[in-house]
Amino acid sequence: MSVIFVVLPIALVLLAGAIGAYAWAARHGQFDDLTTPAMRALHDDDTPPPPAGIPPIQP
Amino acid sequence: MTTTSPPRAAPAATTCTHCGLPVPLGLLQPDDRPSFCCGGCATAYAIIHDGGLDRYYRLPERRAVPVEPSGRSFAEFDHPAFHALYARRRADGLAETEMYLDGVHCASCVWLVERVPLLVPGVTRAELEVGRSLAHVAWDPAITPLSAIARFLDTLGYRPHPFRAQRVEERRRAEDRGALLRIGVAGALAGNVMMVAVALYSGWFGGMDPVFEHYFRWISLLLTAPVLLWPGHVFFQGAVASFRTRRLHMDLPIAIALAAGFIRGAVNTVSGTGPIYFDGVAMLVFLLLVGRFLQQRAQRAATDSASLLHGLTPSVARVIDGEAIREIPTEALLPDMRVEVRAGETFPADGTIVEGASEVDLALLTGESRPVHVRTGSAVWAGTVNLAAGVQVLVTQAGEASRVGRLVQEVAAGAGRRARIVLLADRLAGWFVAAVLVLAAGTWAYWHFTQPAVALDNAIALLIVTCPCALALATPLAVSVAIGRAARQGILIKGGDALEALARPATLYLDKTGTVTEGSFRLASWDGPDWVRPLVVALERHSGHPVATGFLHAWPDVMAPAATDVRQTLGGGVEGCVAGRNVVVGSPLFVAARTGASTAPPRAATGGDTPVWVAVDGTIAAVASFGDPLRQEAPAVLERLRRRGWRLRLLSGDANAVVRSVAATLGLPTSAWRGEVSPEGKLAEIERAAADGPVVMVGDGVNDAAAMARATVGIAVRGGAEASLAVADVYLSRPGLAPLDELIVGSERTLRIIRRNVAFSLAYNIAGAALAMGGWINPLIAAILMPASSLTVVLASWRSRTFEPTP
Repeated sequence: MSVIFVVLPIALVLLAGAIGAYAWAARHGQFDDLTTPAMRALHDDDTPPPPAGIPPIQP
Repeated sequence: MTTTSPPRAAPAATTCTHCGLPVPLGLLQPDDRPSFCCGGCATAYAIIHDGGLDRYYRLPERRAVPVEPSGRSFAEFDHPAFHALYARRRADGLAETEMYLDGVHCASCVWLVERVPLLVPGVTRAELEVGRSLAHVAWDPAITPLSAIARFLDTLGYRPHPFRAQRVEERRRAEDRGALLRIGVAGALAGNVMMVAVALYSGWFGGMDPVFEHYFRWISLLLTAPVLLWPGHVFFQGAVASFRTRRLHMDLPIAIALAAGFIRGAVNTVSGTGPIYFDGVAMLVFLLLVGRFLQQRAQRAATDSASLLHGLTPSVARVIDGEAIREIPTEALLPDMRVEVRAGETFPADGTIVEGASEVDLALLTGESRPVHVRTGSAVWAGTVNLAAGVQVLVTQAGEASRVGRLVQEVAAGAGRRARIVLLADRLAGWFVAAVLVLAAGTWAYWHFTQPAVALDNAIALLIVTCPCALALATPLAVSVAIGRAARQGILIKGGDALEALARPATLYLDKTGTVTEGSFRLASWDGPDWVRPLVVALERHSGHPVATGFLHAWPDVMAPAATDVRQTLGGGVEGCVAGRNVVVGSPLFVAARTGASTAPPRAATGGDTPVWVAVDGTIAAVASFGDPLRQEAPAVLERLRRRGWRLRLLSGDANAVVRSVAATLGLPTSAWRGEVSPEGKLAEIERAAADGPVVMVGDGVNDAAAMARATVGIAVRGGAEASLAVADVYLSRPGLAPLDELIVGSERTLRIIRRNVAFSLAYNIAGAALAMGGWINPLIAAILMPASSLTVVLASWRSRTFEPTP
């Protein structure tokens, strides 16, 4: 059972990673609008690229 | 990219290619060429088609609304003052802004709006947030002005409005992200503590090597400490604030229980004996945070929807500058400027008419249902609507100094004077907290002298088992579930206190114009042969007067011949030649003067309605009357409220004769109505009534706003002015008064559920406290019992039936 001394810290490290990822997502506004992205995903497939001469989209 | 045309045959030959509504016969195109129901749709189609976005017409879900562009120039969007207020400059030279869009419905709107960068050069980004109809736009001011983007969106049928709550929005967004982060961290850590706890509990029964037990206890401590230090610190802040203000707050026992549980658990971990309470402590923090977040969200959603309606105050004014006319933001308007106000527009400021004559709809400001005639020298007020003809106005007062501006300030003051509704849970919380603290101290003291070893354990068990979770979590939950359900029924409630106040019968003040009545001038009666109708319609098509609108509204399917020589007389009527006959429609005086005939059937217009005569070839052919009709459901709704014990009062700025007739129809006694009341008078009346008990005010206009703010609960009905929406606690977004009935019934049910929850959690806590004081439960069992009560109440709130669709 002494494997628990190794596995549990590993699990805690993974937990820290998950919390870190969640914190990044929450801080970067990934949860701000939960309706529109779902709609956008439905028809974003074959959009033509923006015509030349227009600056690229900035996040 | 598809560019071939036609993109798609219309589903049936007679539906509009753009919006799918029927196409009038005259506009039908031969073959399979696209047909449109109106010019707006044709323009929108041309733009979309020429931009190579025909794919729009193959999207599964499109909005079936004809495109009705306002045709405005949106020049004020380019004014420096506008940019300073609503736009931001980015480091790379681009500018960013947010705009509310009218008419955003579904996924196809997202698709179309987000393709604006493909159609308008200079726009680099357009993103639409459907939930709040908010478009984020980034563009290069050197290539295209904002007004061009605004005009473009308007042409597609999405009329843009400036987004006025930028700062509030930023603060809220930060708050929301912070709350989500705290909840997520607390939840993840609490979940892991729980898993370790399960291992410990099973070791309790099955036996466990002390080495592992120690190990698990240390791991629990390690996981719980961050929960208290970061997400949980809000409770300690609350407790400290409670000390400082010397008011017992729900956070105080929570903080004490959390601190005591954690410290005791930590001491036991180090010493290796006795229970640890880490699972309970971490879970408690998580559940309480979730409860608070849910409640805040539900209330905010209601506030947002109400503030979406910005269309009622004009954002632009046309200033006459010598020969030129330029558009400036209303905020930049100053006294002594001359502004032009066209028919159908809202006056942007108080002023005097210097040129032209017209009729003005004062309903919003004073509640008067009949249009008022104005001419050179007459005073006009901001927020009222110019109905008949274009006029020029010399501004006397603008912005906050205008009458409507002062009213809005009254509103803020009224809200400040309002008696706060103390929530049932808050009222109980103080006593509850005091009782728990006294009992815990007593328990400790008693056991300290009898059995010192268990004194602290018993006191902690008491604090944990009486944890006000059920009080703190389930009441907000019942309220937020009710607010959410109500919102789906078109009733937007801004706070739980309004729900509690509406659950008990009180005095209900109703505004007349636009609240109990439809709020628009309609044909009330028609006494004449049918062959006259086409003649009237032919003539009235050329007029923008409310009477004309009323006729056209009443007879939408009357086919009319063409009219020639149409002349309008302000304050009189319309005359002209229809199918070779001379037709005059207007006030009795006007018609009598034009035809010399005064032999109309002496039928008095009923209840203060306005009579309109129709003369054909010099003889009176028909008599109509116009009025503001009662809402169909009003008598039934008010009767039901009366039976529930509400005292009903009618308060109106309209003429006494009109109010009397409405009151009579509703069965209100003379003492229950007052007419010709100024907005200030309404406020005074509510102040007087509020001295005797709770007062609810239902209204729609700016004239009701101050009264609504002062009332215990203010309810705004659909179509109301922005000011009244801002102060209202409840906004009925469905037309009519039927939602009022649902609101009252739903509030009663919600309060019943809150009472049930509170009663249950109190009973549970008393039983738990008794067990803990008696020393029958140790802190560990208390920590297991505590969430059980919360869960029961949470489930009961979730399944509660409060606001249900009326069968």
